[in-house]
Amino acid sequence: MGEEKLIASVAGSVERVNKLICVKALKTRYIGEVGDIVVGRITEVQQKRWKVETNSRLDSVLLLSSMNLPGGELRRRSAEDELAMRGYLQEGDLISAEVQAVFSDGAVSLHTRSLKYGKLGQGVLVQVSPSLVKRQKTHFHDLPCGASVILGNNGFIWIYPTPEHKEEEAGGFMANLEPVSLADREVISRLRNCIVSLVTQRMMLYDTSILYCYEASLPHQIKDILKPEIMEEIVMETRQRLLEQEG
Amino acid sequence: MAGLELLSDQGYRVDGRRAGELRKIQARMGVFAQADGSAYIEQGNTKALAVVYGPHEIRGSRARALPDRALVNCQYSSATFSTGERKRRPHGDRKSCEMGLQLRQTFEAAILTQLHPRSQIDIYVQVLQADGGTYAACVNAATLAVLDAGIPMRDFVCACSAGFVDGTALADLSHVEEAAGGPQLALALLPASGQIALLEMDARLHEDHLERVLEAAAQAARDVHTLLDLVVRQHVREASILLGD
Repeated sequence: MGEEKLIASVAGSVERVNKLICVKALKTRYIGEVGDIVVGRITEVQQKRWKVETNSRLDSVLLLSSMNLPGGELRRRSAEDELAMRGYLQEGDLISAEVQAVFSDGAVSLHTRSLKYGKLGQGVLVQVSPSLVKRQKTHFHDLPCGASVILGNNGFIWIYPTPEHKEEEAGGFMANLEPVSLADREVISRLRNCIVSLVTQRMMLYDTSILYCYEASLPHQIKDILKPEIMEEIVMETRQRLLEQEG
Repeated sequence: MAGLELLSDQGYRVDGRRAGELRKIQARMGVFAQADGSAYIEQGNTKALAVVYGPHEIRGSRARALPDRALVNCQYSSATFSTGERKRRPHGDRKSCEMGLQLRQTFEAAILTQLHPRSQIDIYVQVLQADGGTYAACVNAATLAVLDAGIPMRDFVCACSAGFVDGTALADLSHVEEAAGGPQLALALLPASGQIALLEMDARLHEDHLERVLEAAAQAARDVHTLLDLVVRQHVREASILLGD
């Protein structure tokens, strides 16, 4: 190729900063950055670590030493801990974690060294494209409508009933298996449908947009939200409200 | 078929096209929300659907992981209702495997696999209606799907078939022209550099004619590139407008 032409390798929007030209693809798999909150599913239990699927190019890694164990944080991981790994997290469990480091090939190393991370109990998971989740200061939101939501940077969104009291959980392992009330279930279903409609219309997801969409959808029945006409109407209303709020 | 002239004296083919004219191409990207990338293309009456998953962790045997590149896995499938006669095609039959292998070779040349070591990219192509030029339609659909998935590629991969009748090279053969039994060639091209990703022919053609047929196919592939480029730009523009950029 003799000509001096720059050809992009992906299709997307161009971002230019002085002499740096960058083309950001419309949708890609999740690319980890240190400090991101992710929601992932355990796919494998290996010798001293778990492999977590986070919608990225390679499965993420959760080391045993990066996990909170009951009994305090500073306990040294012994051989018994290794053998009891499956007792903490099994294949198919959902966890929330934070990105600790990124390896050179793009794989991400997670940690759950805080009480707010850990195994997730009852709730609904929505999988969206990572590019639609807006980066904010906090990704754990308690919405006033009666449910809580975790907006994972990797595009996994977890909606769950707000726990009544912030109890001191044992590192987040004890899953609360009490039956969830019908009112809570309805709120969660409505939120899930709202998120799906926002994603279909390619709107950025953050707590305000989700909340406005929820309020705009209240006159409709939960199952009607997924109909294309009603979806457009609700999202249009949400967009207007957001513009008014900013302007 | 006696009496069916593939090229009339005035230079018109069976469906009224000129020798170097392509069929009407319509394409759409992002048809499936669940897949990482998807695309649908119609080239005349040939309809193909492509779906891309990846790059993702290699499932199944970990031993197949390449330490420095991504593994590209292609599967071709033809619907039972795609041809004139309804024909059930078992999943692992020779034609599907061969097409899958050809698609894999084509896309390994175009996708920048060094950027995704130890991962796997799956490309599934399904032909819904086969009216000639199925390989070309599959490659074009798969290119759009890979672009939709945001996987970096060296360039578009544009493909077209070509044949040779009465001393003239024909571009983009339909089923009638393919069934007539003349030599036919399928070419997959990277348009910007003019490099050939895959060239396939399994008929007999005199070497004197090869140059012309190849040139006809290359020109047709470049025309396909112009169209696919428009489709991609349109798609990105619409998506950016919705996102409010």
